[in-house]
Amino acid sequence: MLLSGLNRTREALNQFLDDSAHVRPEGVAIEEPGCGEISYRDLANLSDQLYRRLYQLGVRPGDRVGIYLRKSIDAVASLFGILKAGAAYVPVDPSAPAARNAYILNDCAVKVVITQQCFEKGFRAEARLDHELPHLLVLEATGGGSFLKAALEREGDLVLPETTTLPSPDDLAYVLYTSGSTGAPKGVTLSHRNATSFIHWCSEIFDPSAAERFSSHAPFHFDLSILDIFLAIKHGATLILVEEETGKSPALLSHLIAEKRISIWYSTPSILSLLTQHGKIKDHDYSALRVILFAGEVFPVKHLRTLKTLLPGRKYYNLYGPTETNVCTFYQIPDRIPEEQTQPFPIGKACAHLQTKVVGEDGQPVPIGNEGELCVSGSAVMQCYWNLPERTAEAFFKDGSGKRWYKTGDIVWEDADGNYTYVARKDRMVKKRGYRVELGEIETCLYRHPAVKEAAVVARPDEENGLLINAFLSYHQGNRPSIIGLKGFCTANLPSYMVPDRFFFQESLPKTSTDKIDYQKLQTIDGNT
Amino acid sequence: MTDTSAISRDVQGYILQEFLPGENPDNLTESTALITGGILDSIGTLKLVSFLQEKYDIKVEAHEADVDHFNTIADIASYVHSKLPKA
Repeated sequence: MLLSGLNRTREALNQFLDDSAHVRPEGVAIEEPGCGEISYRDLANLSDQLYRRLYQLGVRPGDRVGIYLRKSIDAVASLFGILKAGAAYVPVDPSAPAARNAYILNDCAVKVVITQQCFEKGFRAEARLDHELPHLLVLEATGGGSFLKAALEREGDLVLPETTTLPSPDDLAYVLYTSGSTGAPKGVTLSHRNATSFIHWCSEIFDPSAAERFSSHAPFHFDLSILDIFLAIKHGATLILVEEETGKSPALLSHLIAEKRISIWYSTPSILSLLTQHGKIKDHDYSALRVILFAGEVFPVKHLRTLKTLLPGRKYYNLYGPTETNVCTFYQIPDRIPEEQTQPFPIGKACAHLQTKVVGEDGQPVPIGNEGELCVSGSAVMQCYWNLPERTAEAFFKDGSGKRWYKTGDIVWEDADGNYTYVARKDRMVKKRGYRVELGEIETCLYRHPAVKEAAVVARPDEENGLLINAFLSYHQGNRPSIIGLKGFCTANLPSYMVPDRFFFQESLPKTSTDKIDYQKLQTIDGNT
Repeated sequence: MTDTSAISRDVQGYILQEFLPGENPDNLTESTALITGGILDSIGTLKLVSFLQEKYDIKVEAHEADVDHFNTIADIASYVHSKLPKA
């Protein structure tokens, strides 16, 4: 096949689109249910138009451009237009509070933000007054690519850049922000090579064809979207966008997967568990679905077993990897899961494009069977945390040969077959619905509430909810805040998955002998005090 | 025949018990924002739907379990009432 030979060595993400547009111009690149579809040729043209607009606005290679849009063909075209300009795209969560998004876009010093009318006012209100506001390219709305097209045509003739150079492999392609333990989210910077080396690995393992229909369930600020978008486009396949409301509703989602004949599905286990329990899978025709990928958190074996019983004969893969490396280990789930198995499956073996090792406190590799921290090296490992040189330095070490290793903070052990099994985190980061949550970030937010004196957040596994985030608070005399008020306050400042599930009030929080908050004690409190 | 105020009381009781343990019941009013206020997330909404379907023997369409119908206790009571068989 022409495409697979041509683009196996591509190292710039936008080349995937250019190649597919050349080979399959009429092929459907993206379907946006309810809003239409776009061919490869039209997607390439639309992103070229945006590239020229960005150039005219002064965007140059190395700059960052924000994407503050609902998931749509307009958003995907924007993404490629930014990459073509040699810039990095910075996607923000359209359903997160405007304040958080403004923080991110300001932190990254974006030159331009591509947004839509419903977000404009909130963003302008929150954008810091002591920094120059970036240029806003405001679409009336999103849907089908038509709003981006209209916004670009409105502004008249464009200046053509004299020459267009391809981004080089180590140029930044995107910056993804994740929860930060000290209270502010931090930006993981990833290059074209970081992404393309991962995508080429995906091609080898999952062997997609141009007839494939990929789901796009993950939002674009979540790194699962890298596989969805770029693997689909690389192979000239079709990407089906799943918008947010549908993505949260098992009934609507179940219907969509069948109706749109999705062949490769990728999401967190939470969504798959929901589908298994509430999606009435038996009532739909899932015959097109051949590969099911999941990542981001542990998949309770009970629900995975049920899913495999409902959808047998497919390939199921557990993918593991932090945003800093994208997927770095993988494990194919066996056809049959024994009834008596309750232990989650391993995270598997290192992907071929990366190297891994398990190290002890002293930084030395530990023997097989021993627990240690998983470290990763290779072409997909991030460049740095944006503007955080100290935090970046803490996250890496160099071995005797000068090779740079990223410390994942995940404790694992390796078995005799060479598969890693996840044990626990080294720190106070947890996963809620697959998203990274630094408990410290929630605490910092709570401390900003005027009535809160002390705040401590702990996470407890919960059979029904997966994980419960419990906040323990003490408050200033006579000023006990309402739980409803606290939830509202958190909702205004944090993404929804970081709002504590339960709030407990204490006169003063328990302390250790060194006068620090006694988290171990709080972990044992059930809340019925 | 169940009237909307009885439904409101039931829904208020359920929400306090499931999602706001420890809260002063007076703080949860008919107009408190549930979804936009972070009290009901998507999984919470699903649980509430199951509760309503079972308690009132109604069918909630997937696309109706949204912020337009479920953001306040008043909205929910009104929605449930509209789904009940007419006398």
